[in-house]
Amino acid sequence: MAELFGGVSTSHVPAIGRAIARGLQGEPYWKPFLDGFVGVRAWLAQQRPDVAIVVYNDHGLNFFLDKMPTFAVGAAPEYLSADEGWGIPTIAPVPGDQDLSWAIINGVVEEEFDVVTCQEMLIDHAVTVPLQLLWPDGPPRVRIVPICVNTVQHPLPSPARCLKFGRAIGRAVAAYPADVRVVVISTGGLSHQLEGERAGFINPEFDALCLNAIVNEPARLTVYSPRELVALSGSQGVEILNWIVGRGILGSTAREILRNYHIPISNTAAAVQVLEAA
Amino acid sequence: MSGNAAIRGTYIFDGQAARRGYALNKMCYSFNEAKNRKEFLADEDAYCSRYGLNAEQRQAIRSRNVLALLAAGGNAYYLAKFAGIFGLDMQDIGAQQTGRTVQQFKDHLQSYARFTAGVNAGGTRRG
Repeated sequence: MAELFGGVSTSHVPAIGRAIARGLQGEPYWKPFLDGFVGVRAWLAQQRPDVAIVVYNDHGLNFFLDKMPTFAVGAAPEYLSADEGWGIPTIAPVPGDQDLSWAIINGVVEEEFDVVTCQEMLIDHAVTVPLQLLWPDGPPRVRIVPICVNTVQHPLPSPARCLKFGRAIGRAVAAYPADVRVVVISTGGLSHQLEGERAGFINPEFDALCLNAIVNEPARLTVYSPRELVALSGSQGVEILNWIVGRGILGSTAREILRNYHIPISNTAAAVQVLEAA
Repeated sequence: MSGNAAIRGTYIFDGQAARRGYALNKMCYSFNEAKNRKEFLADEDAYCSRYGLNAEQRQAIRSRNVLALLAAGGNAYYLAKFAGIFGLDMQDIGAQQTGRTVQQFKDHLQSYARFTAGVNAGGTRRG
């Protein structure tokens, strides 16, 4: 049977990809955040995942506004990255796990989550930057199942809906018969806002609430509407929805293994957190 | 409905904005490809015409003004691709929108650093 042992949630700021490409990891600006990944990598090396379910949001690479799914599940044999317009390098194609993709699709649709299925899907920095952070020395040593959440165009799915969606994915994985070790990688956040006169908005108090609640009280985050998340966390802070889906996948109880919160990375309150399913 | 109250200095990209900004965002989406970025730079007017930008959007593109682009229905993620053509990053854009210099905007972001230790200490275990 599949074993879902835990999850890594991390910011996916594109500037991190640029810093990696330029070899700036040791510089004072980057080091405090990137040092947090030493422990994450050690944990992953010990846990030896076969597959990663990557919960993220597309930023206008694979999806345009002509067709904007609320939830989309990748079901491709491999995933390519591509030019996003502002110059971070692409990475080698990442292998998919079509059997697990379809097990998830079958499971969640049966539970009335009517997802879009994608047999071709370009992955952007929200997938490639976390993979580079977790496996810096070469291609990621996992197959992936990318799951894309709309955080671009309102109406966004509510935190409550995201938690339920995650739980449905978790049940599909728990019922998956193959002996694979599965890790959840949730990307984005924490508080930040790129646009408007409020650009540069950061809210450490709300970030602390999210980091604490997500461990064993994720339902505390389901009281917010997406608009309230924008107010509290910034326009792009709504990417916490990806973390909430990811937390749902892990099941009812979890324990925190590691956290590293750092401000600023670009315009963002950046964080990485490791949870083990308990 | 309090849930829909305006958030100061924030442009919620909803259905209305998505309709209003469709042509502008579609053009910015095309900037994913290097050849399109080159074509835009070679003949900006012709490129904007091809995507059917209205007068407000055309003027906003001409002005390189992010707040005007947002008012014309632009979405931050697509506008980032437009900004990328000119090598502008998020601090350049943030400075422009908030009327600060880039250094002032960076200092503003840096001013939050004092909160990080407290948030890390809230963990059940430290990394």
